[in-house]
Amino acid sequence: MPRVLANTPVYFILIVMSIIFVSPFYVLIVTALKPFSEVSVLTMWSLPANINFSSFVQAISELAPNLWNSFKMVIPATLISALLGSINGYALSKWKFKGSEVFFNFLLLGMFIPYQSILIPLIQTIDSMGLYNTITGLVLVHIVYGLPMTTLMFRNFYATIPHALIEASQMDGAGFFKTYFKVVFPLSITSFVVVGIWQFTNIWNEFLFAITITGHGQHPVMVALQNLSGSQVVEWNVQMAGALFAAIPTMLIYILAGRFFIKGLLAGSVKG
Amino acid sequence: MNDHTDKKGVYERFKSFMVRNISLLVVLPSIIFVSVFVYVFIGWTGLVSFSNWNSIAPDLSFNGLQNYIQLFQSFRFQSDIRNMIFFSLLFILGVTLMGQFLAILLEQNIRGKWLFRNIFMFPMAMSFVVTGVAWRWIFNPESGVNIFLQKFGVSPGWYTDTTILPGWSLFKIEFGLPIGLIAVLIAAIWQMTGFSLAMYMAGLSGIPQEVREAALMDGASKWKTYTKVILPQLKPITYGIVLMMLQISLKIFDLVYTMTGSGPNFVTDMPAIYMYEATFKSNFYAEGAAISIVMLFMVMVFVIPYMFRRKEDA
Amino acid sequence: MKLKLIYASSVLLLFVLLLTACGSDESNSANQNDNSDSENNGSGTTELEILSWWTSGGEAEALNAVIDGFGEEEPNIEIVNAAVAGGGGSNSQAVLSSRLQGGEPPAVFQAQGGFDLLRWQEGDYLQSLNDLYEENGWRDVFPETIIDMNTIDGEIYGIPMNVHRNNMIWYNKKIFDDNGIEPPKTFADFFEIADTLQSKGIIPLALGDQNPRWSTLLFEMALLNELGAEDFSALWTGNEDFDTAKIRSAVNTFSRMLDYTNENHSSLDWQDAADLVASDEAAMLIMGDWASGFFMSRDLVANEDFGWVAAPGTEDIFNIVNDSMGYPTGVENAEEAEGFLAYLGSAEAQAEFNQLKGSIPARTDIDVSDFSEYSQSAAEDFKNLELNLSLAGGSPVPAGFLSRVDDAINTFVTQRDPDMLINSLEEAKSLLQE
Repeated sequence: MPRVLANTPVYFILIVMSIIFVSPFYVLIVTALKPFSEVSVLTMWSLPANINFSSFVQAISELAPNLWNSFKMVIPATLISALLGSINGYALSKWKFKGSEVFFNFLLLGMFIPYQSILIPLIQTIDSMGLYNTITGLVLVHIVYGLPMTTLMFRNFYATIPHALIEASQMDGAGFFKTYFKVVFPLSITSFVVVGIWQFTNIWNEFLFAITITGHGQHPVMVALQNLSGSQVVEWNVQMAGALFAAIPTMLIYILAGRFFIKGLLAGSVKG
Repeated sequence: MNDHTDKKGVYERFKSFMVRNISLLVVLPSIIFVSVFVYVFIGWTGLVSFSNWNSIAPDLSFNGLQNYIQLFQSFRFQSDIRNMIFFSLLFILGVTLMGQFLAILLEQNIRGKWLFRNIFMFPMAMSFVVTGVAWRWIFNPESGVNIFLQKFGVSPGWYTDTTILPGWSLFKIEFGLPIGLIAVLIAAIWQMTGFSLAMYMAGLSGIPQEVREAALMDGASKWKTYTKVILPQLKPITYGIVLMMLQISLKIFDLVYTMTGSGPNFVTDMPAIYMYEATFKSNFYAEGAAISIVMLFMVMVFVIPYMFRRKEDA
Repeated sequence: MKLKLIYASSVLLLFVLLLTACGSDESNSANQNDNSDSENNGSGTTELEILSWWTSGGEAEALNAVIDGFGEEEPNIEIVNAAVAGGGGSNSQAVLSSRLQGGEPPAVFQAQGGFDLLRWQEGDYLQSLNDLYEENGWRDVFPETIIDMNTIDGEIYGIPMNVHRNNMIWYNKKIFDDNGIEPPKTFADFFEIADTLQSKGIIPLALGDQNPRWSTLLFEMALLNELGAEDFSALWTGNEDFDTAKIRSAVNTFSRMLDYTNENHSSLDWQDAADLVASDEAAMLIMGDWASGFFMSRDLVANEDFGWVAAPGTEDIFNIVNDSMGYPTGVENAEEAEGFLAYLGSAEAQAEFNQLKGSIPARTDIDVSDFSEYSQSAAEDFKNLELNLSLAGGSPVPAGFLSRVDDAINTFVTQRDPDMLINSLEEAKSLLQE
């Protein structure tokens, strides 16, 4: 108990911050529960006259067919880009070679290109690989454009791993991959969680590539979410219900990943 | 002929080449893909930016710097550059400070850590497209958050405010912080703080408790332990966050596009919005390409000194 | 040592394998899903893709009704509805331009009639529809203005699907009755009314210009009032001077209109502005006639709760916003695609589509007695009034010019500098002369 009391200011700040953080969700949820005739920016804070799930029903029925496409896209893309990023990050931080800095910066600059500007050559390239209109094409694009970020993140995580650990492993005669799997990989669980969260979220929510690279049958859920809005009238209740529904997988990932976080924390700093 | 004398020698040499260069070989496929998907495409974009391709029909005839000249003379693009500079700086500052602050609060032994962490991370789960609308409503000066703020006697115009502080006149625009950007900044920081929080929590978990305890034992205050012991350790993490956020802020599109669009008098316009509209609404392909190239140059201005600074630190 | 080698090569191999494996896996599923790549599959049905931005609400229902109607006639042809929303149709355009340039055209696509459609012909992406027009006698049923709008050098490239009118004031009847006000006929009336309303604390004119296009529409109304339809459309030839007394006067009128709008206009989209009228906070809204559908979705009754009148000085003009369908070159299964196009222009399809969408048919030979009260009056006006292509509707000018106008208007709304606006228009003029 005394501990809780001592932390009162901390709780106070956390609770205030939480209220601020939650307020947009409040708007989303309240709006999603209203019928369209009640939805208006003028009454955005007020609760629905009576709770109405019809917008959820409509949104879910329109989004559900595209969910599977999203999973087919996001799972391989996240796993492969995280794995490659981890190995790249390891190679570039612990097995430096001549020019590894140059290569790293070369990769790094890749994350700054504005994707809208390269759509046309991208589509032509993907088309010439025979991957236009396929989820594989989309997966490839997400892996390639994810690599700079995953490499950067892993490299920075691995920078905190003492060199002595690597050297000790090398002394034992372990090579590149053995050291990776025996020493580095086990220390990277938290990093994988963070990188995985990042990639999963970004790829899940990405819209521009999804809409231009895949055709009708392959559209991920984000395209379907956009399609809930019309060109003239937008039914915000349905759109917001759809957004909440489409965010469930990402939120679940955060909750599940949280366990690993705690594990990582226990392994590291918080003892007892 | 000599090569044939000892097949085993060739194999051995190949093998030892592989082993010696294993690190390079592992990185190579990524480099190749990135070369094509990033650098070749940038080259293409650069080429288009010097062309006459400003309608549907591809026209790659050379147009010199004309697209760039026109761009830099336009009120809209000048506003975009100003907005971009202020948005990037404040966004990165906001996300790193908020993330660090919340991570340290959650580090204290408190109850409900799980709940708080998820609350702060959930915004990241949402698509910008819809959170943009929610924030547009919240910062609507008539019916949004001002309903509560009015009780304290304030009611800002948020993104409808076209004031530029301090508003030095520069070329065609007023230079300074557009007040209207603050609302967009709050929304963007809200959405991305979860990420830096996660990064910092992961980073803090890597700092052994003994290190901190030792510092405290030496009579250092909590604040001193934090600045002298913890912060330096988190440097690589901060470096990563700054780069990632820089990347997001320079390309920011969906959130601003759905939240405020270009904004009154272009106070919340961003280069990426201008580029998207130029390319896909107006079919000014060359102009759009020129905007991308300028954006890339802005990245260089930010990133390259940063890369050198890091080298000195290392 | 060997171990490392195996590791190294296996990682490389894995990388390659994953890509190729995914690739072959996908070619299977591509066959199952039947995208545009495989238009002919075993079962003998043909697939045609229609690309549009009609994704939700009445628009989507209208499109689906037409697709179903065609399905009953031609059960062996499956129409794939590849609608793409967002960004005011610019997402759909991003998809269209990348698909046309990548050589993967849809069978039919939506564009706004006029320049928005015809621009695709600059890249030779469109097929002439003259033969279809002859076969179906469409030259007699579509008004000439509408056909001409989609014509270059005698070749017609589009089938008009629907017509909206946007020179309309939508007003709150309760506010007008309570204050004993009649709907304005001239801008003099308009400003008089506006003063009266403002003095009573009512917003005279609701505006939501988060998308600056809706300010451009106000400017268009002022221009139309000042110039009349003929001189107005002459402006878009690029041969006219923008710095004239009449245009300056229109700019002035526009600026005065802005003085009577809600202060938070830049934070609202047009729906929010319409809500200001619906909730008795504002008296009038200048908007396309899709607003009537929106008011009805708010349970308001036409001619009881809300009324409409032409924008001041434009009662003889029907300002057209229109969607037309284009037919790209290189479409596989051309015969089936042309059959679908013929159906889109048929009386049956046009009647069904427009009734659900809340617009009126572009054909003038269709019985609209089942349509809404507003639509019936609009259909009558469409036959009798002078037809004019709306600037804000994107028909009379290239998209590039229109976005320059939107940019200039956006700046003007804040800065109110007439010289700057007129200069910007003069500078953009070069985009008109092509």
